Amino acid sequence: MSAVADPVTVHSLWTMAAESPDKFKAPDIEYGQLSPTLIVLGAAIIGVLIEALLPRKARYGAQLFTSVIGVAAAFAAVIGLAVGDYGTSKARVAAEGAIAVDGPALFLQGTILLVSLVAVFTFAERRLDPVAHGNHVDSFAAQAAAVPGGEGEKEAIKAGFTTTEVFPLLLFAVGGMLVFTSANDLLTLFIALEVFSLPLYVLCALARRQRLMSQEAAVKYFLLGAFSSAFLLFGIALLYGYAGSVTYGRIADVVDGEVAEITPALAQTMGNDALLLIGGAMVLMGLLFKVGAVPFHMWTPDVYQGAPTPVTGFMAAATKVAAFGALLRLLYVVLPGLRWDWRPVMYGVAIVTMLGGAIVAVTQTDVKRLLAYSSIAHGGFILAGVIATNKQGVSAVLFYLGAYSFVTLGAFSVVTLVRDAGGEATHLSKWAGLGRRSPLVGAVFAIFLLAFAGIPLTSGFAGKFAVFKAAAEGGAGALVVVGVVSSAVAAFFYIRVIVLMFFSEPRADGPTVAVPSILTSSAIAIGVAVTLVLGIAPQYFLELAGDAGVFVR
Amino acid sequence: MSFPLLTAMAVVPAVGALVTAAIPAAQRTTAKWVALLFSLVTLVLAAVTLVRFDPDSEDAYQLTESHAWIADFGVRYELGVDGIAVVLVALTALLIPFVILAGWNDADPPASSVHDKHDKHVKHEAADEVVTQGRWRPTQGFFALILMVEAMVILSFEATDVFLFYVFFEAMLIPMYFLIGGFGDRAGQLSEEETATQRSYAAVKFLLYNLAGGLIMLAAVVGLYAVTADDLGTGTFSLQQIAEARASGQLDISTNTERLLFLGFFFAFAVKAPLWPLHTWLPNAMGESTTPVAVLITAVVDKVGTFAMLRFCLQLFPEASKWATPVILVLAVISIIYGALLAVGQRDIKRLVAYASISHFGFIILGIFAMTSQGQNGATLYMVNHGISTAALMLVAGFLISRRGSRLIADYGGVQKVAPVLAGTFLIGGLATLSLPGLAPFISEFLVLVGTFSRYPAIGIIATVGIVLAALYVLVLYQRTMTGPVKAGIEGMPDLKARELTVVVPLIALLVFLGVYPKPVTDMIDPAVGRTLSVVDKQDPKPDVPAQDVEAAK
Repeated sequence: MSAVADPVTVHSLWTMAAESPDKFKAPDIEYGQLSPTLIVLGAAIIGVLIEALLPRKARYGAQLFTSVIGVAAAFAAVIGLAVGDYGTSKARVAAEGAIAVDGPALFLQGTILLVSLVAVFTFAERRLDPVAHGNHVDSFAAQAAAVPGGEGEKEAIKAGFTTTEVFPLLLFAVGGMLVFTSANDLLTLFIALEVFSLPLYVLCALARRQRLMSQEAAVKYFLLGAFSSAFLLFGIALLYGYAGSVTYGRIADVVDGEVAEITPALAQTMGNDALLLIGGAMVLMGLLFKVGAVPFHMWTPDVYQGAPTPVTGFMAAATKVAAFGALLRLLYVVLPGLRWDWRPVMYGVAIVTMLGGAIVAVTQTDVKRLLAYSSIAHGGFILAGVIATNKQGVSAVLFYLGAYSFVTLGAFSVVTLVRDAGGEATHLSKWAGLGRRSPLVGAVFAIFLLAFAGIPLTSGFAGKFAVFKAAAEGGAGALVVVGVVSSAVAAFFYIRVIVLMFFSEPRADGPTVAVPSILTSSAIAIGVAVTLVLGIAPQYFLELAGDAGVFVR
Repeated sequence: MSFPLLTAMAVVPAVGALVTAAIPAAQRTTAKWVALLFSLVTLVLAAVTLVRFDPDSEDAYQLTESHAWIADFGVRYELGVDGIAVVLVALTALLIPFVILAGWNDADPPASSVHDKHDKHVKHEAADEVVTQGRWRPTQGFFALILMVEAMVILSFEATDVFLFYVFFEAMLIPMYFLIGGFGDRAGQLSEEETATQRSYAAVKFLLYNLAGGLIMLAAVVGLYAVTADDLGTGTFSLQQIAEARASGQLDISTNTERLLFLGFFFAFAVKAPLWPLHTWLPNAMGESTTPVAVLITAVVDKVGTFAMLRFCLQLFPEASKWATPVILVLAVISIIYGALLAVGQRDIKRLVAYASISHFGFIILGIFAMTSQGQNGATLYMVNHGISTAALMLVAGFLISRRGSRLIADYGGVQKVAPVLAGTFLIGGLATLSLPGLAPFISEFLVLVGTFSRYPAIGIIATVGIVLAALYVLVLYQRTMTGPVKAGIEGMPDLKARELTVVVPLIALLVFLGVYPKPVTDMIDPAVGRTLSVVDKQDPKPDVPAQDVEAAK
């Protein structure tokens, strides 16, 4: 690149002096600092090998073991890095500037890994579905390649097949998310996006029951996801055209006009604000799609409804964390110099997201769709914290993401328990009187709903307060008011579900609550515990998020 | 460190709630006794607090406790009581045992409906049905929820940190909501299903009104944090710290901001209190819930709203409070008259008491915002007296309703011939409600009116109409239900039983005692009211007749 820029070394229009091969410098990779990602991806590859080499009977145990150990080891690595001050004083850019190792990255990676650990539990649950032909089966299709309703599917079911490829798929997605939150250049960002999206598209299509709906969801997700990836990529190209670099720090320098040496090529493009604005907007659109912000939210309800519920829970929790991590980094590291341009836009997006999600959720009749719209509304609340553009905003968003993801995962785990003859009974009318028939499950779900609604003494309240506080301090008082209004609207439909569960007579043909194995039970128990602890004594975690609130550049 | 009395008063009922909830389904009676025991222990603690409290102390808050809680939000676990709070805490602790006693059998699953359920669910496996029946424990839940509400109400009376107060102010909605929606009085004219619909409508209405109020207050709480963080460097919610900062001029809230914050806070309290036109949830909630729960709403929980106006609205935003006074006084007067007029027109006993309460809350708010020492003394005393008198009237009404199985006034007549003790206690409760001299509410109502009149004569005069209307709705109610020929369905109505007498007699005794000798309570309240008024910077208006002239005239 420097060769092109320097006219002295240009021999003619077509050739230039190449640097001699012996001057090639091997990239310096800090394996220790990248270890969380490497461990997860390594475990995923082992998972693929297990799939290929082990007999079918042995795969489930081996996969579960590998996934749990892999994710736990990666989490331990994150803790190790955090203890080693990589989140604060020793924060740095690793892997030749492609990956940032700093507070927000480590905090979000830790959150994603914990969420994934819980998600692995829900993926591995095999007690809920009735025993099919002598085999315990999970929520995933017997044979993904078989045509729904076709001969192949029947045979696969008869043979009692269970798919274990979901575990490596999950791990690849997790690996991509870990990179996504810490990507420090736009190309890494894009690759990470694809690495975590592609396994998710596949996972969405794998529901054991209602396979057509599941496949429809996957196709929708894939098409819209591909569309948004294209936006993102185009935006990256434009930003590169503007700044002559894909590295975050470098682009930020150009945006701020603080470049040390301005080459002629750069001088030509850096005055071109159209490139910057359009490019920035397109990259933002790509990220807002993953976040599920209005007006890029259309995929959310369909995909949440169609995907197997454990996948939905994982997506709703982990994808949101990863996407907001990337969004934060982009806005705070790359485009802070542009905040007077993006703030009003994001302001509008946050407002319509909060209100849109809350209002449309009121009319929903399906639990999974309801939770989908609620996740949209929560995305709006988090955006309010993003817009604060201060350090409190970053830590508030980090805290909110941690709190929210466990509530979500817990809530979707409860959804997997409520079943009738057709599988999960997600239609709300079937939930009538559930709290009377199974008070414990009803009470647990009520706790999650109250946390969603932001009732004090739950994590939802602490998170909401942190975000609104940051927004108010950042001068976005109007957002706080809109947030409060949409919270009131949202409270209505959460409460309606509680009413339905506790104050309606149970229906005679209503669903039953399946008794889960220790896996789902512990997933739900972790969700409840985190919800209450973050609600009653959030100080430690707020401090943690506060310490992690500074990006490296 | 001394014994954390204030925390203990909240912890005891909270633990009681957990213990009660954990008692197995079959041992319903044990659950009741356990709940009663815990509420009595709380009462003892409240009595100890009253004794330990020193009305003449220089400190604004006594028996204070302060611990770090959420430093990032500037929130501390700070408790402390002034004269007003200590009296209201005592009122709460006093009323809960009566509420529990009065609701002794209200939450037992009706024998017949258990059979119904079996018939409905014959399709289910028998074993499954046994399990579900075993898990659903309404009685334990009922008493556990009551104790939970008690703990939260006590904490919100004691909190001197705005955030801490807010947390419990909001959180208490959830157990209240389950109490209203989950337990009905089985006295409606409608079928079981329609009653359930009505009830869940009332519960949702209650929750949405209060939640909306609370969320608007949340915006104001966030705003308060931003303001203090701006001026003081670190945000704080401590009442004392904010008051000191204001006094020293460190904290200077702009007029506009102060007004907005005040409105945010006041809106929540006005919904809770409830003030016209935000009152419409109260008649539904009180009408559909069981009588003890109705008492809990109006006598205990709603007091948090009026109390919070005194403690938070006036002390945090004195200037804005003065600015809003004219409008609030008008709304209070409308509440008084409107509530009383609607009470006159009610056909349902419980809704009648609900509208009467709206009228009374109008008086309380009038007294608070008249900003005179008589007015505020009267308002605080009114909170106590209204709690006791409404509890007496409503609980006796509940006993009456449970005997006949109807809430409609038209279904009653001639009760005094059949059940004279019931009729007599009902009359005393009613007379207390209409503020008959000699019974406690008279003194508070008189103080409120005098306090209002000395500053706003016109409003004072209009408010007096409320008393006349009160006489009308109480006496007409008594006449229609208790006198006249004995109606069908009333014959053979049993008189009050020992348990019911245990509930009513102490309350009536207290009404008479405080009606004749209110000094113990006023002594507690007076210094706290004086302090509040000095914060608001209002002196009592000078009497028209100079004091020496009065002396000379003698």
